[in-house]
Amino acid sequence: MLKVLKSGFYSTVQDSGRFGYRCHGVPSSGAMDMYSCQFANALLGNKLNSAVIEMTMVGGKFQFLKTTAIAISGAKINPRINDVPVKTNKRVVVNTNDVLSFGRLEQGFRAYVAIKGGFKTKMILGSQSQYKTVTDANMLKSGDILNYNNYESKNEKLNSVIKYNDAILSNTIVEVYKGPEFNLLSTHQKEVLFSQSLFVTKNNNRMAYQLEPLLENDLKPMLTSPVLPGTVQLTPSGQLIVLMRDCQTTGGYPRILQLTENAINCMSQKTVGNCLKMRLKDMWCKKMNHKIVGSTIN
Amino acid sequence: MTYKLRYSQFNTHSILIEWPAIIDENILKNILFFKNTVMQNYGKQKVEVINTYNSLLIIYNFTIGNINDETLKLKALFETPNIGFQNKASLWEIPVCYDDAFGEDMIRFSKEKGHSVAEIIELHSKPLYTVFFIGFLPGFLYLGGLDSKLFLDRKSTPSLNVKKGSVAIGGEQTGIYPQDSPGGWHIIGNSPIDLFNASQDPPCKIKAGDKVKFMPINNKDYAHIINASDKSEYQLKPQSLNA
Repeated sequence: MLKVLKSGFYSTVQDSGRFGYRCHGVPSSGAMDMYSCQFANALLGNKLNSAVIEMTMVGGKFQFLKTTAIAISGAKINPRINDVPVKTNKRVVVNTNDVLSFGRLEQGFRAYVAIKGGFKTKMILGSQSQYKTVTDANMLKSGDILNYNNYESKNEKLNSVIKYNDAILSNTIVEVYKGPEFNLLSTHQKEVLFSQSLFVTKNNNRMAYQLEPLLENDLKPMLTSPVLPGTVQLTPSGQLIVLMRDCQTTGGYPRILQLTENAINCMSQKTVGNCLKMRLKDMWCKKMNHKIVGSTIN
Repeated sequence: MTYKLRYSQFNTHSILIEWPAIIDENILKNILFFKNTVMQNYGKQKVEVINTYNSLLIIYNFTIGNINDETLKLKALFETPNIGFQNKASLWEIPVCYDDAFGEDMIRFSKEKGHSVAEIIELHSKPLYTVFFIGFLPGFLYLGGLDSKLFLDRKSTPSLNVKKGSVAIGGEQTGIYPQDSPGGWHIIGNSPIDLFNASQDPPCKIKAGDKVKFMPINNKDYAHIINASDKSEYQLKPQSLNA
């Protein structure tokens, strides 16, 4: 078992999220930075959808009540075991009563603690991801106990052959596809959108990231329509809203862009004041385009 | 009636299909027919499908290998004459207490609309509403069929905490807040029923295509339902649509 001594700023249990419940209005949820979450799981030989702890900005303090192995990925936030610094993106063996704590946040915004075999919390609607009204609690609090399987490390090689891609933390280019309402934008608006620097506002959380400056527009409101994590909405006041993993399933603002999966991961490592630029990406490579043309002729 | 559909790719693992952008029950029927056909053909392990007024979003649990092949496959599915996958609709009677104790905006709403509270209750509880889809919050029903006499623009400043169960009107829509939430609609009553229960699967029994009717209840009935020691004692039960 793991005991939460301090929860940090906003820590939750996350896995790959829910699939099949959006038609009931249930968000997909899941780790914000899915890459770092899966990387930590991979280091331990876990299934990639195993449940991890996601920490935001400030790390928690956790005590292990059984021997196991863990891996920490994502934001650089100076992890320590019993006050001795440990490496991130490595398998780390922990013993009974060891205490994991974190220091100053150096880079990124969200860090992940994976544990051998995954945390064994309650599965609700096909996922362990915490979300208000779906799971009993929407975040971890001190005193919480999370179960995991006892695990004795058996002379396994501790050096990993997979390498963590730091660009997830440092990247300032956000790759996007055209959204369903992209073509309602004027040429000028498109130019502005892809040339200017955008800044993350204080309104950023697991549901959405709002960006500034505003993008002047006169797009008409539309019928409420489906949205996905990574959808960029444009409000009448010009606010760009990037929907994230806990976003609603439907929305009524024009969906002008759609972040790539990798861009959602990168965005998750951003915080207020961070600067970024949107870059348009084709959904398909050239080979695919040829095929589409071919079938149109038929 | 055939509709001109627009197929587009939303991201690497989802396809959006759009019908003409109007709120219309025939379009809804057509969308739900297609939704059921897709679900039957792929199975819920492989896809999840959500609908709104005029859209169907098919989300695959894998990356789409070839968008062209996949789109052609969907088009073929849609064009196949099919009698097997009609949507089975249910009628749900939802108890609502319109007392001032719950409908905090009722008096003001009544003055602004120039109808008595009794008239408003009558106008609101009379129609058979159509559930177009569920979105915004887990268990939030998008209902069609509100009497135009009750249309009223949303509040200019949303309330920060609308209570769970609140029955409200916003613009040309009416709905029930399934949980405490900020909201800009005018609150005229409250339902003691749980519209969403994560410990059940499916967590929301009411689905797109179903019908809903509001049954006015008094404070005593409200208290009885909300205080029932075992909430499951008062299960939301569907009525026959043919009655």
